[in-house]
Amino acid sequence: MDIVFYIASAVAIICTVMVITRLNVVHALLYMIVALLSVALVFYTLGAPFVAALEVIIYAGAIMVLFVFVIMILNLGPQTSQQERLWLDGRIWVGPTILALILIAEVAYVLSTHSTPAYTITEISPRQVSTQMFGPYILGVELSSFLLLSAVVGAFHLGRRRQLYPEEIAVSAAAVEQNTSPQGDIQPEPQIQSDIHR
Amino acid sequence: MIISALISVWNVFKHLFKKRVTIQYPEERPYLAPRWRGRIILSRDPNGEERCVACYLCAVACPVDCISLQATEDEHGRRYPEWFRINFSRCIFCGLCEEACPTYAIQLTPDFEMCEYDRQNLVYEKEDLLIDGQGKYHGYNFYRVAGVAIGGKDKGESENEDAPIDLRSLLP
Amino acid sequence: MSETVLHLINVLGILIVVLSIAASLPWVERRLLGYLQDRYGPNRVGPFGVLQTVADAIKLFTKEDWIPPFADKPVFIIAPTVIMTTILTSFAVVPFSPGIGVIDLNIGLLFFLAMSSLGVYSVMLAGWSANNKYSLLGALRAAAQMLSYEVFMGLSLMGVVIISGTFNLRNIVLAQKNMWFCIPQIIGLIVFIIAALAETRRLPFDLTEAESELVAGYHIEYSGMKFGMFYIGEYVGVTLISSMIVTLFFGGWQGPFLPPIVWFIIKTFFFIGLFITLRASLPRPRFDQLMSYGWKVMLPLALLNLLVTGGIVLATGS
Repeated sequence: MDIVFYIASAVAIICTVMVITRLNVVHALLYMIVALLSVALVFYTLGAPFVAALEVIIYAGAIMVLFVFVIMILNLGPQTSQQERLWLDGRIWVGPTILALILIAEVAYVLSTHSTPAYTITEISPRQVSTQMFGPYILGVELSSFLLLSAVVGAFHLGRRRQLYPEEIAVSAAAVEQNTSPQGDIQPEPQIQSDIHR
Repeated sequence: MIISALISVWNVFKHLFKKRVTIQYPEERPYLAPRWRGRIILSRDPNGEERCVACYLCAVACPVDCISLQATEDEHGRRYPEWFRINFSRCIFCGLCEEACPTYAIQLTPDFEMCEYDRQNLVYEKEDLLIDGQGKYHGYNFYRVAGVAIGGKDKGESENEDAPIDLRSLLP
Repeated sequence: MSETVLHLINVLGILIVVLSIAASLPWVERRLLGYLQDRYGPNRVGPFGVLQTVADAIKLFTKEDWIPPFADKPVFIIAPTVIMTTILTSFAVVPFSPGIGVIDLNIGLLFFLAMSSLGVYSVMLAGWSANNKYSLLGALRAAAQMLSYEVFMGLSLMGVVIISGTFNLRNIVLAQKNMWFCIPQIIGLIVFIIAALAETRRLPFDLTEAESELVAGYHIEYSGMKFGMFYIGEYVGVTLISSMIVTLFFGGWQGPFLPPIVWFIIKTFFFIGLFITLRASLPRPRFDQLMSYGWKVMLPLALLNLLVTGGIVLATGS
């Protein structure tokens, strides 16, 4: 299992480096997907199969799909990778590199001084995860569900075709007559829509 | 919504046990009506002579211009096509040439199996088109009913034709 | 040592059987579609036309394997392999019968869901990398459709998990000894079948390749064996989904008289036939109809099913 762990971690690290250095955004995202998959494998070897599965389903299977989705619509051409090349060049590297080196040094120091206990793998079943989630951490689950609900309501609000009130319809109709719309998004079309809804 | 979908699924499923409508073509031949518009032929009259008088009406009537011919005359003044060419890769088998033909010479037959590996082979010449029989219209001989004088038949000798009037004579 | 060899034979046997079933499915489907439409279907190549797929394969192999010059080459090549990999990997957790099956994973069901959620990438990347507007539209539709139907595909299976109390597919089959889950989980079954249709992008939910509007959707630029991967991948997907339905709702290998594997294959082929019949009978919905149907009907239905199942299991304490 050790070898699997180290291979998976190495793949994850290499992929993460590739994510940063790729010029083509979609290629970078593909490397990120692979990185997430290898992190899932790391979780699995550490005895958390449930988390591993969720990692693949949610991160690799859903969130990254949305990333790729958005990037696909943006239709990025070669000029963006040109821009990326400019960004990846020169002094921009210096600051992050120094900060990362400090972190690595700290980790090395901690690992060398404190003798970490040899990790023992205890497999955590989905049942244990859920008893924890709906037991001590119920507040967090509820809070995040509130957050998600508000996100859903917000998305619905943004995506909904707007229904106008009668006075607004009068305003927009007048605006159409003058051929100058006060707000760009108000069209006479919603009037028909609201009729249908009634 | 799901119920109506299920009903249509069931109705489609029942077709599993219905009779097939496919005709297994090379083994099983479909019925072709005698008036089927297929491969075009040139027929002969009962005497074994060509019916075609090279009047060009078929070439004019053809909407895709796939018929071409050259008229000529024999020593008796009988017109016939020197060559007659139909490009079957253009032909749409509409049958307008048959309708236009005044002598029943050009006819469409119930034969559609004319595949070729080379498209050029679909250009049929007169020897490919001409058959030895009379086709769909038996017993019809254009020169026997038309008032044209040809070798072996003078004016006034056709069927139902009166003798030519002598204009110089005063008698009726 | 013999244990390893046995395992290897198991793996290879499953791979070969699954692939040959999937390869013969185009013929089965075309034949069955023909019968459903009062005609014969392919019946010329070999006895009853069974060699039709061989002829198709020869055709695909000998075709020019063309990569468009405007395509993103590496992604274009990777995309068809992803779909085969994810679906064939999913077969690892399917318990075919007591002795047959690759791994006995504790989170088998989650593994299946994870793999099917990764299948989206194949379609998306294929559509994007071809650099063609129709394929991009197909890919966008595929992403939206598969992402949203994945949500309640997972939710519809949770009722089964609640009743059986495990994610292990083998244990789920064993839990159906007395009663198949298709009876208590009838709503879950319906939702799962619909979601699975959308997930495999089969008709009536094949909006991603809708011939009449998107020509061929995401695989418009593919030819030769890369197209063959998508083509066969679809049938492997149908086989996978059918075997998952059998495993989760119809008692897997359990049945009287016949040996277990025979029961499994019979049930799986029943559902493959059902999918083909659905293809023959239902029209393709509009895309907004598909999405609103998913989010406004299927998702509440799946949640309700989950709630009721959980409540009943809690009340009876089983």
